[in-house]
Amino acid sequence: MSDVVIKFEDVSKQYRLGVVGTGTLSHDLNRFFAKIAGKEDPTKKVGVSNKLNVRDGDYVWALRDINFSLNDGEVLGVVGKNGAGKSTLLKLLSRVTAPTTGEIKVKGRIASLLEVGTGFHPELTGKENIYLNGAILGMTKREIKSKFDEIVEFSGVSKYVDTPVKRYSSGMYVRLAFAVAAHLEPEILIVDEVLAVGDAEFQKKAIGKMQSVSKSGRTVLFVSHNLTAVEQLCTKGILLQNGTLKMEGPIHDITSAYKKASVNENELKRSGTRHVEIRNYQMLNSLGQAIEEVFLGDNFYVDASFAAREAADYTDFTLDIRNDANEFIGHVTNADDLFEIKNLAKDELRRVRVEVKDMSFAPGTYYISLWLGNKYGTFDYIENCIRFTIKQGDQFIRRPFPFDKRAKTVLRSNWKEI
Amino acid sequence: MSTKKTDRFESWSMVLRPKKSLFEVNLMELWQYRDLISMFVKRDFVAKFKQTILGPLWFIIQPLLTTLMFVVVFGNIAGIPTDGIPQVLFYMTGIVGWNYFSTCLNDTSQTFIKNASIFGKVYFPRLAMPVSIVISNLVSFIIQFIFLLGFLVYFILKGTDVMPGIEVLLIPFLVLLIAGLGLGFGIIISSLTTKYRDLVHLVTFGVTLWMYATPIIYPMSEIPEKYKAYVMANPMTPIVETFKTALLGVGTVNYMSLLYSLGFTLALLAIGILIFNKVERTFMDTV
Repeated sequence: MSDVVIKFEDVSKQYRLGVVGTGTLSHDLNRFFAKIAGKEDPTKKVGVSNKLNVRDGDYVWALRDINFSLNDGEVLGVVGKNGAGKSTLLKLLSRVTAPTTGEIKVKGRIASLLEVGTGFHPELTGKENIYLNGAILGMTKREIKSKFDEIVEFSGVSKYVDTPVKRYSSGMYVRLAFAVAAHLEPEILIVDEVLAVGDAEFQKKAIGKMQSVSKSGRTVLFVSHNLTAVEQLCTKGILLQNGTLKMEGPIHDITSAYKKASVNENELKRSGTRHVEIRNYQMLNSLGQAIEEVFLGDNFYVDASFAAREAADYTDFTLDIRNDANEFIGHVTNADDLFEIKNLAKDELRRVRVEVKDMSFAPGTYYISLWLGNKYGTFDYIENCIRFTIKQGDQFIRRPFPFDKRAKTVLRSNWKEI
Repeated sequence: MSTKKTDRFESWSMVLRPKKSLFEVNLMELWQYRDLISMFVKRDFVAKFKQTILGPLWFIIQPLLTTLMFVVVFGNIAGIPTDGIPQVLFYMTGIVGWNYFSTCLNDTSQTFIKNASIFGKVYFPRLAMPVSIVISNLVSFIIQFIFLLGFLVYFILKGTDVMPGIEVLLIPFLVLLIAGLGLGFGIIISSLTTKYRDLVHLVTFGVTLWMYATPIIYPMSEIPEKYKAYVMANPMTPIVETFKTALLGVGTVNYMSLLYSLGFTLALLAIGILIFNKVERTFMDTV
């Protein structure tokens, strides 16, 4: 039995950019006179593109015509680039600001973890802050009292509960703050990037809490750049792009569409002098076939060609490998194999093939950036231009259960009884 | 069966719309958040005196020193008469009453600017913030008031000719009026400061100037006839005058002008709440 608990109907949000100063009063008057004359608001242009970098006068649409609904018990992942409108969407829902047009209908109490620790006062003790923060988040004193012990235990700071929070470490601070919010028991929970803070053990606790919230039939909205966490936690997703709702559906469809979009549809970030320029690049397996997937333990190849637009003494060529949280995981360079790329003549085209051996990164999505340059500077640098996934396979990992996703690399080991 | 289901679908607990009608004020919600208000009051109190040596003594030091200063400057150097009342009592009565008003006004007028970071993250009725400020200032007022009563008793025992009248019964009402005026002006200014920051600078010295337009350092009887109308137009005047009459037993209470203050306060509060209510929905976009 599921019930619609959140419904966005044609919701848009317009922001005014720039300094609110001298221009404001005249704009206000402008609007006011147009209103009196019965004309359309001159500052509000409808039906034009809403890319954030295309300014509509000094106004910008952070969200345009968003429609979706969410049932109870669903965990919705909100995915999109920076500036796509994710935070605005959550701000509207948590009533921090009001929509410009449209309606948001909500059933039940909403609690937001937009940023944990809101209203924490450094001079107050942990205990006092639990009460204060709980009240800010909408709990009554009695509710907090009945859950106080649970909150303290969950946070793991019971020894310091009578110490002012300004003496807490940042980890303790965040744990306490999250513990309060996690015990709100709202019908709808909004979580924005909070899992980025705290240590691994705490993150596990937090994720567990979110899962138990959703299992008890309540609804969670989760915004994060960590696609692994999103895939782990969410059942359904929406993809936002430049303020519009690009896609809605099962979470895995959404994340794969997002990953694809971030490589293909967006312009690749490229920099350098281009004295030597990368022309082509491709990822291949040992049979010479183009691939996007590698199994743990596999070798793979990257073929690249580059053209010297001016003569160059030498150049180095490196591959940087990042995971989908944009963490720098691996680095490969020609110098390590004592391989040299020397004496490039003007207009000469060179091709290189690099073999990367024994892939040992944790299963997941990775991006390769290519760099061409020497000690005097960068010729050409293309960021995250090759996307590939690493699958578990059975060469390195033979355990019958899945690989622990928090580990970033796999170490091979031999075992014997002694 | 199907109707029942439709019913459930229609029973939204909350609908967020672009622009609230101007008169849609939800004071019930404020009541639901009364625990939050009491937590804010407690926080203000605790936080104010943590790591101070004298702690709550500051409540008393401030009016005491101001009174001494007034006695020296206005009483002795300028020689402004005090209606036959000991200068210390005369000034302190005025200062304690005025202090409550000015702290309420000053503190609430920064509601949006000072709390922008909290307001930007969670929702609670924004009015809870200024209301809690008025209440926590009430606590300091009560402490100062008791201190003032101590002085009063001392002077009565010494045989000075001051005697609280039956009008002391009006004091709770006067306190409410002061709180209402301070809150009303404060929230109007705080609403306007979200757009026009200049007001912040105006408020601090504006309140100081306002004090001189109120019979704090001089008695009504000393005001030249031609200025009297202006001073009486000040809604704080009848309140301060009644306050003095009640405690010190000089003059009589002018109920008509007190009624004027009441009307002024109610109108101001109504306007203030309407403006505040309109601003609170979208102020995060402009701050």
